[in-house]
Amino acid sequence: MANDKYETHEYDVIVIGAGGAGLRAAIEASAAGVKTALICKSLLGKAHTVMAEGGIAAALRNVYQEDNWKVHFRDTMRGGKMLNNWRMAQLHAQEAPDRVLELEEWGALFDRTPDGRILQRDFGGHRYARLAHVGDRTGLEMIRTLQQHAVHKGIDVYMECNIQRLLKDGDRVCGAFGYWRESGKFVTFKSKATVMATGGVGKAWKFTSNSWEYTGDGTTLAANVGADLIDMEMIQFHPTGMVWPNSVRGILVTEGVRGDGGTLRNSEGKRFMFNYITDYFRAETAETEEEADAWYEDKTNNRRTPDLLPRDEVARAINAEVKAGRGSPHGGVFLDIASRRSAEYIARRLPSMHHQFKELADVDITKEPMEVGPTCHYIMGGVRVEADTAATTVPGLYAAGEVAAGLHGANRLGGNSLSDLLVFGRRAGQYAAQYAQNLEGHPSPDDDQIEQYAQELLAPFNNDGGENPYSVHMALQDCMQNLVGIIRTESELKKAQTEIASLKERLAKVTVEGHRQYNPGWNLALDLESLLTTAEATTMGALERKESRGGHTREDHPGPDPDKYGKINLVLRRTDGEFSLSEEPLPEMPEDLKELFEESK
Amino acid sequence: MASEFTMRVWRGDISGGEFKDYRVEAQEGMVVLDVIHTIQATQAPDLAVRWNCKAGKCGSCSAEINGKPRLMCMTRMNLFESGDTITISPIKTFPLLRDLVTDVSFNYEKAKKIPALKLKAKEADGTRRMYQDDVDRVQEFHKCIECFLCQDVCHVIRDHEDNKPDFAGPRSFVRMASLEMHPLDEEDRRELLKVDAGLGYCNITKCCTEVCPEGIHITDNAIIPLKERVVDAYYDPVVWLMNKLTGK
Ligand SMILES: Cc1cc2nc3c(=O)[nH]c(=O)nc-3n(C[C@H](O)[C@H](O)[C@H](O)COP(=O)(O)OP(=O)(O)OC[C@H]3O[C@@H](n4cnc5c(N)ncnc54)[C@H](O)[C@@H]3O)c2cc1C
Ligand code: SF4
Ligand code: SF4
Ligand code: FES
Repeated sequence: MANDKYETHEYDVIVIGAGGAGLRAAIEASAAGVKTALICKSLLGKAHTVMAEGGIAAALRNVYQEDNWKVHFRDTMRGGKMLNNWRMAQLHAQEAPDRVLELEEWGALFDRTPDGRILQRDFGGHRYARLAHVGDRTGLEMIRTLQQHAVHKGIDVYMECNIQRLLKDGDRVCGAFGYWRESGKFVTFKSKATVMATGGVGKAWKFTSNSWEYTGDGTTLAANVGADLIDMEMIQFHPTGMVWPNSVRGILVTEGVRGDGGTLRNSEGKRFMFNYITDYFRAETAETEEEADAWYEDKTNNRRTPDLLPRDEVARAINAEVKAGRGSPHGGVFLDIASRRSAEYIARRLPSMHHQFKELADVDITKEPMEVGPTCHYIMGGVRVEADTAATTVPGLYAAGEVAAGLHGANRLGGNSLSDLLVFGRRAGQYAAQYAQNLEGHPSPDDDQIEQYAQELLAPFNNDGGENPYSVHMALQDCMQNLVGIIRTESELKKAQTEIASLKERLAKVTVEGHRQYNPGWNLALDLESLLTTAEATTMGALERKESRGGHTREDHPGPDPDKYGKINLVLRRTDGEFSLSEEPLPEMPEDLKELFEESK
Repeated sequence: MASEFTMRVWRGDISGGEFKDYRVEAQEGMVVLDVIHTIQATQAPDLAVRWNCKAGKCGSCSAEINGKPRLMCMTRMNLFESGDTITISPIKTFPLLRDLVTDVSFNYEKAKKIPALKLKAKEADGTRRMYQDDVDRVQEFHKCIECFLCQDVCHVIRDHEDNKPDFAGPRSFVRMASLEMHPLDEEDRRELLKVDAGLGYCNITKCCTEVCPEGIHITDNAIIPLKERVVDAYYDPVVWLMNKLTGK
């Protein structure tokens, strides 16, 4: 019996998070015939997935017949600097096309090719035009389609319900505990299996494309019940965020701008990306502006423009240009599509970018260049999962979407997240349902434990430390932005560790005003715990990985170290609130897949 | 270039409340939501407000700004003169929860009543073929970010609480139009539209279209064609069927 002081619900499977991954998981679990609940801390349909712009990567072969899962697999692995879990990358590339077509069956309307099939667009690191899209609002199409499908299937949805703890029965996860934002009252979910689909951590940084929800809750909750985390140092800074006005700094400018012909220029008007082609990508990248421009029309005889190198490469290049004094007036660089495509084309292909710049920055992107710079965007690291089943290292707990790690290795290719959500969301739902069906008896969380959690969550009301949660959050954002950003170095990372430790002390003194009903001050005070936990994990991994690879660049270790760090994941485990770190070898790729990489060496 | 404003913000819940004034500075480029966040961080940490993306993409931050239904994250402070007093109140049509946050479950309940798409059989080669010209106008409806500003402004439910059970509202009509005009759909929603959704209550004032942040032509492109279908259907089922088949 659970603590009957609190509202309690019992399910076979609960899914925490209603973005693409959570929705897809819930749909699958429910279709398997188990009683399923979907829980999210915002309203349904508002999850981060709604913001995705550019598209979903899948080798549908509608635009380029030459494409197939092997090419997609190879692009994903190379883009991830080979740190990826090969099996996840394989499943992802193989299953993504079916998952996209399934969305069409459920009502999604992608942009079309002239012969009536799904149109695909170019994106960084993808050899062929591969991204199924709807203008620059693909995420909206995807979340609405999944949301409506889930609603039609009658899945129970708990909205604005914030999960704060996972519950355990022995070594198994058996439910979750949280509060309703509306009333502030507590609620217990008992479940045989739990799917974590809470997304990322970007709100720990100051300039980010991420929404308030990205506080690393799922990563922290999973770590707290003993799940392994991997690759936490791998943070993607998207090369093109808005830089001006200051108040909108960080808001994303889709890679689709470059996919559709836009180019990066410095203050001298030079297309500087040609100076930043690394050996790793030289063979597949255009060397001249003529070849780069011709590639948009003819990919067989030309190589890809360096504007569309993987994101880590482009972000570092912009950073270097700005540092060298060749930046734009507000500390970014120029992204120019106005001089390269017609106004009509731009407005049709990129309507929300057009709108966003007009409304927020008084810039007409059909007439003038945008100013852009790197913004914290995505975490490749997170909860370690088994490739086929999305099972974490803790029984009864599954993870999918941005909260899970492995697929993207050291750097994610654009478009590979939305497909990730579908492929592994489905798998998580499927295997969680199977686990629940095979489990005997009812989940039985520990009453005393629940009571203790309730007291912990109320602590900020009873605290007289007087610390303001908003100030602690801003201090953390400054710390991560300045010390654990794109370019990292040992002394700064150590300084960040000290700062995070002192922020934890300040968190213990946070006091909130008012009552429990819809109180953002209280909500933030609780989110700070996961923000600080994930910040700590990222910093720890970043300090340990003494090389530069993908989303992790060390000024003091500028090159990759293929013999040591290229062969390992950094694994973090948390016991009694303390992380410990170990190195574990990457899963070994089978010979037939290894051959796919021979030609590029 | 900072400018000074007085933000007159509704504070309270169903049991009562009042407008409170907050003096704030706004930096260049700020939107109303930034200013609300500044108030939270410095003067009123428990000020309730709903938001997610701060980029006009999620439709969470709807409010009435000087009485006009708008997204707070897409309303620039430079619309106002330095020194102005700006009133921010929660959207009126839905029950207040706290401060600027309302209970919008009405919209989710209405959504549950709309039956799913029913697609016709696939092509002989196993694919689905649809052409850009045919999907264009449905894509317009799919731009909806569910901000519910159109629902808020529609007098049918804004001024007449008792109409709520019988009227689905403009957002629902946009959704129904998107299903009706889907090039491959075969479902018949005429009864639903006329009877359950209360399409007849709408007298085409176009207020919904005026507030839509996505610029969806709710009345001209969704509601009027739906009304025509319902009328045709009731008087002439053959015309309805023809319209459906030719995708009109
Ligand atoms: C601006 C932008 C554009 C992007 N464009 C693209 C693109 O074009 N292509 C691409 O592939 N990827 C893109 N991405 C990345 C991609 O959108 C995200 O990685 C992806 O949507 C994450 O989906 P998810 O299902 O893992 O999580 P989300 O969609 O973020 O959903 C997380 C869910 O978890 C819930 N949640 C979190 N914590 C809790 C808690 N404690 N209790 C209860 N619920 C909780 C939230 O409420 C939410 O419902 C973009 C990202 C951004 C920010
Ligand atoms: S046009 Fe119809 S739906 Fe729109 S606001 Fe007027 S009455 Fe309401
Ligand atoms: S139709 Fe427009 S106003 Fe209405 S909910 Fe959708 S986006 Fe908002
Ligand atoms: S916060 Fe998303 S639309 Fe305003």
